[in-house]
Amino acid sequence: MIEALLIKLVVASVVFGGVLNLAGLHTWVERKQSALIQDRIGANRAPIFGFKLLGLFHGIADAIKMFTKEDVIPRGVDRTLHTLAPFFSVFFALVAFAAIPFGPQLHLGERVIDLQVARIDAALLYIFAMLSLGVYGVILAGFASRNNYAIMGGMRATAQMISYEIALGIALIGVLMVYGTMDLSAAVEAQGRTIAGGWIPLWGVVAQPVGFVVFLVAALAETKRLPFDLPEGESEIIGYFVEYSGMKFGMFFLTDFLETILVACLATTLFFGGWQIPFLQADGFHFPWGTEIPVANWLYVLLGVTSFTVKVLAFCFVFMQIRWTLPRFRYDQLMDLGWKGLFPIAVVNVLVTAGVMILLGGQG
Amino acid sequence: MAVKVVQRPQLTFWEKLYIPQVLCGLRITFRHFFRNLFLHIAHRFGRRTGERAGVTYQYPEELRPLFSRLRTRHRLMVRENGAPRCVGCMLCETVCPAKCITIVPDEHPDPDVEKFPVRFDINLGVCVYCGYCVEVCPEDAIRMDTGILDIAATSRDAMKLDIHELMNPQLRKPVASCELDFPHQCEVHGGEVRGSWTQPAAVAHEPRMKPSKLRTSDLDSRSSA
Repeated sequence: MIEALLIKLVVASVVFGGVLNLAGLHTWVERKQSALIQDRIGANRAPIFGFKLLGLFHGIADAIKMFTKEDVIPRGVDRTLHTLAPFFSVFFALVAFAAIPFGPQLHLGERVIDLQVARIDAALLYIFAMLSLGVYGVILAGFASRNNYAIMGGMRATAQMISYEIALGIALIGVLMVYGTMDLSAAVEAQGRTIAGGWIPLWGVVAQPVGFVVFLVAALAETKRLPFDLPEGESEIIGYFVEYSGMKFGMFFLTDFLETILVACLATTLFFGGWQIPFLQADGFHFPWGTEIPVANWLYVLLGVTSFTVKVLAFCFVFMQIRWTLPRFRYDQLMDLGWKGLFPIAVVNVLVTAGVMILLGGQG
Repeated sequence: MAVKVVQRPQLTFWEKLYIPQVLCGLRITFRHFFRNLFLHIAHRFGRRTGERAGVTYQYPEELRPLFSRLRTRHRLMVRENGAPRCVGCMLCETVCPAKCITIVPDEHPDPDVEKFPVRFDINLGVCVYCGYCVEVCPEDAIRMDTGILDIAATSRDAMKLDIHELMNPQLRKPVASCELDFPHQCEVHGGEVRGSWTQPAAVAHEPRMKPSKLRTSDLDSRSSA
């Protein structure tokens, strides 16, 4: 019993340690990647003992700054809610990671370990619930700040997130129909199948290309980053965290990165085979031209975790690239895209998927 | 009233789809990203150093190339015997629109030279870098080609250059010791007049002024003197 608890503790600390560090690293990636895109050099100072490491220590310097800055609470705000809002934001973004499977089952002697903090039957619903609850952090921040700009920003954020959550959810119904499960581990295992004589792995993006595009756009909107950064719009329209400073602001900042990583994890898990590697089964590689390479369980797990990490990082990279490519939408364009663009496409996608599945006789 | 009908650009079907346009935008950013990434890595290994990976300069370490006509901090030209080339004609002080030059001339022992500056001060806090003093000088005695741009000080007094710093641009305040041997009003020694024309050191002297701070390799012909 105590062993099982310890193992879960280790898995949980690996997931949250990895995710939080990745979020911290995002600040560096954001600076450097935007610098490369815009023909600049980017942050390259902040040396520690003379080592600059391409400016990698700027994140640490930022964290120290955030923690030591004065935490301004404006007069007349609801102190409880004002303090609670950033914690809500970060908390719900973090706990959603519990349901993400980041590797296949590890066999340690007699024991079988799920590389997933919590194997939940309705993992997808759980993640959606957490994403939706994340709205509370945003709207509480807006309402508790006693600032009209903050309320407007909070309203914009809420409207945007709720609108796009609908498109997001319906885009994923197609995937659910194909895999026939809400358990993300089972969904990843289902993506180990192949089609076309074993040449093409049946990843979600192959089965649901339209669903993937809709999911990607809606998910970008969920992260509240450019081109969907209307909730913040720090340079002119001013968002929900105007009245926050110090680490409370830092937590909102962190939430954005956490949500980006979460969305990257979701896209990987549902559409890019999670920890699957093409042609790699639990006992080894089975190439369609007949070659077979046996693989031990520990190596299989290692390859799986590596594959998952690489895919997530690639998605983070692409999201960052999109963030530095596109300008912000206008609010009416945002709503048009969500309700008149993505929503109908997602619904039609579900219908078409259902029709195809009936034609294929219930086989995904 | 004239009405001007503004034609709003109509989006084509493919543009309305967003996705192809987004991909076009991504192509541009990816091109920049990978080109610069490749160049940065190549520079680490000392390759392709001719192509810059960023348009920015890492300022204190890396200085921008200066155009040869750029007007930077002043210097006074020096004769071979270590005395200033200036003949104290007061033209620069007269033409200066900011009135930042102060000259006190005195009689020169050589009758061909007539005068020389006992005192030559420029208040850089007032100077507008118009370059009129350089234009007007009949003796080519003052130039603005030191390449010194980082003129900053914590007090107004520190912005006032006297003859020591003008004749040797490498000197920075506070000037430690006076190396000038012709008669001049020496700020190093509390403003009293020091030096004389009869000292032996005043005869043959290495030209003290070396414009080593110059960053342009191709200064125009005037400054090669």
